[in-house]
Amino acid sequence: MITYLIRRILYAIPILIGVNLLTFALFFVINTPDDMARMQLGMKRVTPDAIEKWKQQRGYDKPLLFNSQAAGTKKLTDTIFFQKSASMFIFDFGYSDDGRSISREISTRMFPSLVIALPTFVVGLLLYITFALLMALFRGTMLDIAGVTVCVILMSISSLFYIIGGQFLVSKLWHWVPISGYAGGMDSLRFILLPVLIGIVSGIGASSRWYRTIFLEEVGRDYVRTARAKGLSELRVLFRHVLKNAMIPILTGVVAVIPLLFMGSLLTESFFGIPGLGSYTIDAIQAQDFGVVRAMVFLGSVLYIVGLILTDISYTVVDPRVRLQ
Amino acid sequence: MNFKLVMLWTDVMIFLLLTVAIVGGWWIMQRPHLLLPWQRLFRSRVGMVSLLVLSVFVATGLLDSLHYRVALPDKGNGQAVYAAEVLSVFDTLVGDLRSQTEKTYSAPLAVFLYAKESIETPEGNTLRDYPRLKYGGAHLLDPEHDHAGDVAKRSLVGIFVGGFCGALLVILIVSVAAVRSGTPAGVWIKARKNSPVTAMLVTLALMAMLIGLIANLSGAYHVLGTDKVGQDVLYLSLKSIRTGLVIGTVTTLVMLPFALFLGIAAGYFRGWVDDVIQYIYTVLSSIPGVLLIAAAVLMMQVTIEKHAGWFSSSIERADLRLLFLCLILGVTSWTGLCRLLRGEALKLRELEYIQASQAFGVSSLRILSRHILPNVMHIVLISVVMDFSALVLAEAVLSYVGVGVDPSTNSFGTLINNARLEMGRDPIVWWTLASAFSFMLVLVLAANLFADAVRDAFDPRLNRTGIA
Repeated sequence: MITYLIRRILYAIPILIGVNLLTFALFFVINTPDDMARMQLGMKRVTPDAIEKWKQQRGYDKPLLFNSQAAGTKKLTDTIFFQKSASMFIFDFGYSDDGRSISREISTRMFPSLVIALPTFVVGLLLYITFALLMALFRGTMLDIAGVTVCVILMSISSLFYIIGGQFLVSKLWHWVPISGYAGGMDSLRFILLPVLIGIVSGIGASSRWYRTIFLEEVGRDYVRTARAKGLSELRVLFRHVLKNAMIPILTGVVAVIPLLFMGSLLTESFFGIPGLGSYTIDAIQAQDFGVVRAMVFLGSVLYIVGLILTDISYTVVDPRVRLQ
Repeated sequence: MNFKLVMLWTDVMIFLLLTVAIVGGWWIMQRPHLLLPWQRLFRSRVGMVSLLVLSVFVATGLLDSLHYRVALPDKGNGQAVYAAEVLSVFDTLVGDLRSQTEKTYSAPLAVFLYAKESIETPEGNTLRDYPRLKYGGAHLLDPEHDHAGDVAKRSLVGIFVGGFCGALLVILIVSVAAVRSGTPAGVWIKARKNSPVTAMLVTLALMAMLIGLIANLSGAYHVLGTDKVGQDVLYLSLKSIRTGLVIGTVTTLVMLPFALFLGIAAGYFRGWVDDVIQYIYTVLSSIPGVLLIAAAVLMMQVTIEKHAGWFSSSIERADLRLLFLCLILGVTSWTGLCRLLRGEALKLRELEYIQASQAFGVSSLRILSRHILPNVMHIVLISVVMDFSALVLAEAVLSYVGVGVDPSTNSFGTLINNARLEMGRDPIVWWTLASAFSFMLVLVLAANLFADAVRDAFDPRLNRTGIA
């Protein structure tokens, strides 16, 4: 198990190097720092001095890969690649355009993101599985058909509609909760209620339908027939046997997402003014803050790989047949 | 009238795709074993009705993809000069809908503007009131009195004419089909009571009524109101369809060759080829989609700004940006299909007929193209159709985030983005958002239902005997 984990972590390193090289190529090779400076300062009437100053402020005034003017190991370390890309491996993300430390920003903004994402995820998952089980229990009846129809309609609605509609209905028309904003401590409950609710509702269609398919695939298996032949009730078969076995495919999708919860949701956070990582990213995109976008890309892929490893581990927990070699 | 054809990049892509679809359809028609799953699809009532609805959207999109520039009046020096504005056949068909812009917001079917203004009365006084619209209901002499009656009359006429045309079309189709099969029309209909044909004919008639209603009303009113700068929302929504279709289809076209070739190669050759290809798609898929798209689009903006000289008009620039967006979306979304295809190829290569061809010394390239490729095509088709609706929805979100299409391109995303603060107005301006979301819902819902039907017809794993 431990050797497996070590191997998986070692395997993650080349992937992260790949991600790093990709972002490096995207941000520094396709467009040189000069282009970025010109873009941010406005296209016309940009003096070379202004560009130089912009680059110097952000540390982009170094050579890309190899600094022939520096001495010793500085030849490699005093470059954009080493300082902007390689340093991400020790989670040193540098500074955003407004001069704040990106790492510190990430650590403070992580919590609000989680406060929204975690309840949405947990409550949502329970709800979706319940719906899917109900549809599986009544499979083939009008109830099931109606359920699937509703799911298809719900998943055809844009997530933007859920947010805009929900804000309008719950906050503006009924005045139940504030439209947007965030506060620390117990006071935050008021603010997180609506985003969590909307997050859950917008996922119902696609997820319930997906879990229903998984359940139905399990229901067709031989062991289910055996369990019925033994005289077990349909409910007992569903909960004791089908649910447990269906956990394996469900986990594949679910566990991989857990680490990414830290990243928050771009849309929800920006609509509700939650000071989390999602709104941080969206602000950075809109302000064209390349440093922050780069940092978030790297962080996202690290979390994704952590998710993959967690998925493997969770298999051994729910499925005793799986041994990690 | 003289005009010059303008071929935008996405137009080329769309018509390329159309050609591929037509040639592919003809090719399949010649081969009964390939036709089988399609016949299953044609028997699905939900699938065929949604296909009919989709085809209306596709027709709008295609008409909107034929671009041209009108020739300006000759100045006498013999040189043809063309207007800077690029129009499409669709623009010409809808006629005045495009040019009849009001001053600002107006509600659906309204005759008065949304905001009060100072109006000069004939007596010379200024009065603060809601002014009449320039075009919406301009023919009414006494709007307060005649408005409701006129709307009702025009709706009825529209429904009737539309329904009449629809009925004519239905009768024509039925009689042609009946004559060809050599049975009386009544018998022909009765024999198809439970087949999708009847449902499709009913849908056709209903859609004809709806189109008649909207067409007749839009001659005199803004059926879905006007937006902030007074543009007709119905026109904007219809124009958005093309962008949605481009994103949903061209993206797939762009990514398909990569996913197909790499996926099959990885599964078939295994060894280091597999390792390299797996590495590539793991790297790409480990970056969260939105972030990769955001990063790529930001960089694309820088490139476009740098090379402003590439484009002779702003519409070309917006179009190239749309194409780039498709490319980027394709790069981020091909990994899923690639993984599926790799798995399938891994399974196929162990089958006897592949082993036999290997034993006979058939070259790898030939095995890939003759034996593996045809046997994974159903996966490709299913995933292409399934991806379509997700891509249409993604466009709206991306445009909202600011990494979507060019702000000057008509799309559901830009429509929603421009209207997002309108719900906060008092009285609220709901019609732009409502129209954008409704059009999207119909398009995506039809696409989803059609995708389900395609999957049911093509997936060999599904049992076709019992319940799903």
